[in-house]
Amino acid sequence: MAEARSVGLPPTQSRWAFRLIALVYLAFLLIIPVGLIFWRTFENGIGPVWDALTSPDSVHAFQVTLIVAGTAVVLNTAFGLIASLLIVRHEFRGKSIFNKLIDLPLAVSPVVVGLALILVYGRNTSIGTWLGAHGINVIFALPGMIIATCFVSLPLVVRELVPVLEEVGDEQEQAAATLGASPFQIFRRITLPAIRWGLAYGVVLTLARSLGEFGAVAVVSGRIVGQTQTATLLVEQSFENFDTGKAYSVAFALAAVAILALLLMTFLRPRSDR
Amino acid sequence: MGMNARNVTKRFGSFVALDDVTVEIPSGSLTALLGPSGGGKSTLLRVMAGLEPPDTGVVELDGTDATTLPPQRRNVGFVFQHYAAFKHMTVYRNVAFGLEIRKRPKDEIRRRVTELLELVHLEAFADRMPAQLSGGQRQRMALARALAVEPRLLLLDEPFGALDAQVRKELRNWLRRLHDQMHVTTVFVTHDQEEAMDVADRIVVMASGRVEQIGTPDELYDRPANAFVMSFLGPVTHLDGLLVRPHDLEVLDAPADGATAARVVRVARLGFEVRVDLDVAGARASAGPSTAEPDAYVQVTRDTATRLALEPGVTVHVRPTRGALTMPEPTETEEIATPVAS
Amino acid sequence: MTTTLIEPEDPPAATPVPINAPKRRWRPSTGIELGLATLYLSFVVIIPLAAVIWRGLGLGWSGFWAAINTPEARYALVLTVVASGIVAIVNAVMGTLIAWVIVRDDFPGKRVLDTLIDLPFALPTIVAGLVLLALYGPDSPIHVTLAYTQPGVVVALLFVTLPFVVRTVQPVLLELDQDMEQAAASLGASRTTIFRRVILPNLVPGILAGTALSFARALSEYGSTVLISGNLPMKTQVASVNIYNQIQNDNPGGAAAVSTLLLVVALIVLVLLTLIQRWAVRRG
Repeated sequence: MAEARSVGLPPTQSRWAFRLIALVYLAFLLIIPVGLIFWRTFENGIGPVWDALTSPDSVHAFQVTLIVAGTAVVLNTAFGLIASLLIVRHEFRGKSIFNKLIDLPLAVSPVVVGLALILVYGRNTSIGTWLGAHGINVIFALPGMIIATCFVSLPLVVRELVPVLEEVGDEQEQAAATLGASPFQIFRRITLPAIRWGLAYGVVLTLARSLGEFGAVAVVSGRIVGQTQTATLLVEQSFENFDTGKAYSVAFALAAVAILALLLMTFLRPRSDR
Repeated sequence: MGMNARNVTKRFGSFVALDDVTVEIPSGSLTALLGPSGGGKSTLLRVMAGLEPPDTGVVELDGTDATTLPPQRRNVGFVFQHYAAFKHMTVYRNVAFGLEIRKRPKDEIRRRVTELLELVHLEAFADRMPAQLSGGQRQRMALARALAVEPRLLLLDEPFGALDAQVRKELRNWLRRLHDQMHVTTVFVTHDQEEAMDVADRIVVMASGRVEQIGTPDELYDRPANAFVMSFLGPVTHLDGLLVRPHDLEVLDAPADGATAARVVRVARLGFEVRVDLDVAGARASAGPSTAEPDAYVQVTRDTATRLALEPGVTVHVRPTRGALTMPEPTETEEIATPVAS
Repeated sequence: MTTTLIEPEDPPAATPVPINAPKRRWRPSTGIELGLATLYLSFVVIIPLAAVIWRGLGLGWSGFWAAINTPEARYALVLTVVASGIVAIVNAVMGTLIAWVIVRDDFPGKRVLDTLIDLPFALPTIVAGLVLLALYGPDSPIHVTLAYTQPGVVVALLFVTLPFVVRTVQPVLLELDQDMEQAAASLGASRTTIFRRVILPNLVPGILAGTALSFARALSEYGSTVLISGNLPMKTQVASVNIYNQIQNDNPGGAAAVSTLLLVVALIVLVLLTLIQRWAVRRG
């Protein structure tokens, strides 16, 4: 949107003052700390960083992170598509509660999520023991971490798709119905293409959030190195063990992915707002 | 295909959109659903298409009960006011959509789509995206798309409402010619009575969810069932508690039997007709220019205006011509429509 | 890019239907989708959260009260609420200022800055903690050390909540009809008056929404505070860290009690948010 030199624009003095305040605040809160991490990471060159990232526990941690985050993204995307279509295109009893429940994870502390899952799926609960008898361990194993990650990133696809679906409107879908398309054909040929940028944005957001989950998996995973330790948990462990080099390196890798996700989102946002 | 809607009622919450509506659409006809906004016409159209389930009532297509049939299975073409173009597909793919759904062979599709694009004069735009088309072109594309699957019934929901006046007139004529050529039973919704009178064989006048009258344009204009239909279908003015067409009033310069005195407030020359605003109530007061609001008007030819030397302040005597259509003025509780300015 | 033949297109509006009309249901929902979605929601969100509340309330009223009234828990809760409150207020001011600068000002690198604002959304919280420790920890190059201090906790919370107010105010500012400001100016209003009486009232719903969101987020924050606070009970330990410790110390009841309290506070904030949004919609 073009910068309108509106009458509301303050005279040069206050404009500079605002600019300065904003920049200083952002510099000391955001820019310098992030820049410093990059600097510190490569203080001793790329070699140590590469070694840290390719060490066995790092590789395992990245694998665990990818499996957990990837599964959560798939599940939440499926849920997100179904839920947002239900919310925007249908009426049903309890819809507003349904809506609010989806937003709930945004306000819940991740350690509470971990606690909740332990209370439901832990070894000494009814569900836990039943599942355990069938060979499925939830707590201190990947399934629990996946559920935890699903919890924290649940709303993201839905909240992205709902405004897009409302914006697109359902007239195209009605037209397709009169032309003979079945509900599934309508979804595949009309709805999905119309929302693809918003969907992509939501998926990237979900992926970033899932990759970065820490508190919930800290509780639920048992931190078993090589099995249930995610990259984020590895960062904390390395730091506690005074292995700052590894902590910074893994943190850098995660930050790089986050920035990549950010760039993707910036690229996708104008298209999804079309 | 003929269509019958019987005793259809539809509510949205506490709002009654359709109130026990019964309409018969003969096969091959071109019918207009005419009425003011919010009157239920679009809702009725959507019930016919299966896009809206009625609360009560029956919809029959060619004698078969289709009330619960989904839109996919009714073989009814639908054209939306805002085109509902598939924005991410080319014009060609838009028109081909229904045929692709039915898994027709590729060359059959190509033949049919080309034929239709030629029919709507969009052959040159086959590979364009809808965003590159003007409104009128998009609507023609939407028509081609609906016709591609050879519907037995074609429904259009204010199809020209989003277009400007010139394009609207062109497409109106074009729709009429299309119907004469293809004889598909067609129903369209409009709030413009001129459009309805110009295009349709039959008009269904609807207001507040009820059918006011069904008939040919002439029947509705010359023999309106009530004051609402009379005022919606054409201009009206009132005189002595009666509604009458402004061009059905005789203007005399001397008192006459059955004539009411009135003072001319304003004379406006509109093309070859002249509109004369009258103040009836204050005519009995003093002579001279009137500052009152005009409460009636007459439409006369220029000759008449010149002959009678009509100027503001002049007193004339007005009465309905012999045999003119008149109707008692409705009381305040009855609705009277403001005719759409054409 | 595609060019549009100029005929001003109306947005694809639906057929005008009275305001009180519920949405059309021309496509019957098979119920399967709703069933699946609800099942997923139940097993991921509803049942787990219910379990926490059940466990917390299961201590009985006196047990619950005792659990949240232990010195550590009480301190942690108070610290969390106060710190979150401070953060919310700072965000309300700074977030609006930053949004203003991004929308109304122009300077090289502004778009990069705009993108970076979202970084706290995308960055893992533990990395955020590490990042802040780099500048404000023991090895601080500017010799400011906030480690093991309460201000350190506040800074960590400010970092993770940075984008909230900015992103709720920004779209409002972008959409703001500048005709209003010009009309006010033509009627003789000074720039301050224009801001105070024309612009700010329109921003208030956005500011409030962002503030509520950042408050809720700060209340529940864990990862970024863990490192910089050093997790000192009765000093820098926030509620979520307290909960974590209780879990590790095999005291799920106490953890559940504190969690329940946090949940209740968060719920209240969400309800307030909904009310704000409804009020904003009514104002148009």
